[in-house]
Amino acid sequence: MADKKKQHKNEELGREKLEDMLRKMQLIRSFEEKVAWFFSRGMVHGTTHLYIGEEATAVGATAALRDDDYITSTHRGHGHCIGKGIELNRMMAEFLGKSDGYCKGKGGSMHIADVRSGNLGANGVVGGGIPIAVGAGLTSKMKKQDRVVLCFFGDGANNQGSFHESLNLASVWKLPVVFLLENNTYAMSLNVAKSTAVSDLTERARAYSMDAHQMDGNNVMEVYHTVREAVEQARENGPVFLVSHTYRIMGHSKSDANRYRTREEIEAWKAKDPIPRFEQYLIEEHDFSREDVDAVGENARNAIEEAVAYAEQSPFPSIESIEEDVYA
Amino acid sequence: MREITYAEAIREAMSEEMRQNDDVFLMGEDVGVYGGAFGVSLGMVDEFGSERVRDMPISEAAIIGSGVGAAATGMRPIVEIQFSDFLTIGMDQLVNQGAKMRYMFGGNATVPLVVRAPEGSGTGAAAQHSQSLEAWFAHIPGLKVAVPSTPEDAKGMLKSAIRDDNPVVFFEQKLLYRKKGPVPEKEYTIPLGKARIHRDGGDLSLITYGRMLPLCLDIAKELSDEHGIEVEVVDPRTIRPLDRETLISSVKKTGRALIVHEAVTMGGFGGEIAAVLADSEAFPYLDAPIRRVGGLDVPIPYCPELEKQVVPTHDSVRSAVLELLDWEYGS
Repeated sequence: MADKKKQHKNEELGREKLEDMLRKMQLIRSFEEKVAWFFSRGMVHGTTHLYIGEEATAVGATAALRDDDYITSTHRGHGHCIGKGIELNRMMAEFLGKSDGYCKGKGGSMHIADVRSGNLGANGVVGGGIPIAVGAGLTSKMKKQDRVVLCFFGDGANNQGSFHESLNLASVWKLPVVFLLENNTYAMSLNVAKSTAVSDLTERARAYSMDAHQMDGNNVMEVYHTVREAVEQARENGPVFLVSHTYRIMGHSKSDANRYRTREEIEAWKAKDPIPRFEQYLIEEHDFSREDVDAVGENARNAIEEAVAYAEQSPFPSIESIEEDVYA
Repeated sequence: MREITYAEAIREAMSEEMRQNDDVFLMGEDVGVYGGAFGVSLGMVDEFGSERVRDMPISEAAIIGSGVGAAATGMRPIVEIQFSDFLTIGMDQLVNQGAKMRYMFGGNATVPLVVRAPEGSGTGAAAQHSQSLEAWFAHIPGLKVAVPSTPEDAKGMLKSAIRDDNPVVFFEQKLLYRKKGPVPEKEYTIPLGKARIHRDGGDLSLITYGRMLPLCLDIAKELSDEHGIEVEVVDPRTIRPLDRETLISSVKKTGRALIVHEAVTMGGFGGEIAAVLADSEAFPYLDAPIRRVGGLDVPIPYCPELEKQVVPTHDSVRSAVLELLDWEYGS
């Protein structure tokens, strides 16, 4: 666990940054609630993977990056995108398959990306983004860019070959990559205790001579400070491995009937909701008032409604565009 | 014109592009001091250093995937897969990631990656080191697939592949690596997607690529010398994109088409070529069915006598040509 001291008031984070972190957590929550609302009414096509309950990990981690650092993301990627600072309007438009979306409506929920801003994309394949993160780290090293790649993946990915190959390669080449395992407890229905031979997931990294730390993934300040340190270490000396312990409150995807876990377990994790927890911290430690934090939540909900309005008026991509962008 | 080997031509292409562009680099298993399993990159590490000629662990998913990631962020990697059979181990990164990234992201990514992969039988390496899997990759929108058959084409096409902003799978022909051919000394490139007519003729279009080209050229010469039969030998050179126009116009002229490749006939790229021809304005010109000669429907066997028979042979190709020339409907 990160040094306890770091969880307390830390001068390096000003009020503006703290408020931005809360704002992004609330944006993620509201975005996901809106996504769930669309699905519950059968208003969108396909499937989606909600990040509700895990907001502290995406926001704490991306808050520790420089603007020019990279991320790679997962099928459960909405939180990472918002953390990295994506434009909500274009993100919502992509979710709805509209032409003003980041991917012109061709990627959808699982492929939102903004390469120019360093977001190398969500990924439909479990573990699929990990080698790509290593490649981005290689670019940074070869071009002496001093950029770090923050590579998100879940506990499900830690048993993929691509994960092991990538950790090894990044370590051998000392690439500036922070591997961040979001242990949200379940890979679809399989509990990490049943999928993974080691109970301490940081042991994965030790096999590749990589420093590893774990953190309470529902504590945004702990995530921020742990990732911050890892990012600076990666920038100087090569890869670091982090495990963020959190929980997927919603089902794996819209098809999930939650047969593999108990209501009690879900309720117990709901009690550890990272958003009220961070609000409480801001009130107690940083002179935020209840009205201040409530206003952040309210503004976030409004921003999501505005994004919906933008996305709904955006046209679907034209049939003529169907063959565009296969090749450069 | 000077003559160099197919392997030397590939090395020249890589070295020239690496001298011209710092973003170009080579990585793969044993590509450094060892020079690659077939010696293609021999000596390159001495000129470019181990940062730009990077030896990699045996991790094909990470090899291809890190190539995709490096390409998407501004480098122009050339990745060597030691045997094309091992592309299967890195398939997700090539097919699900690299090939689709641009489309999936709405044009918001560019993946200038070259994956070099030696293919083909004839080396006694048996079933897991001898396949010709090019058709698999031709099936994937987003990839380009090159199968050069001469040293000149290998060099010019590889330079184009390196400069191309799309992922290109570059199938090198193991049995051609040591074969010499004329290669210009001055700078040149050969565009991807342009077929080459190696020999003009009016009697039959012999469409072939890769290692089968020299065999087909021998047969064409033989038939001309012995019987005055003029076979047109056409090499598409890249199978994606495919130069349909050149193939179609050749068959319109000759009225007969035989497609020859080493890959297993069933599901092989010859089927696509046959379909393109049958579904084109060449159809009414056909005087005989379109025929394919490809590999037998078995994995590549070890025993040298069997290995020779599993792929198209001089006899099987020559007899197919003669049968098509003698074809009469209703006969």
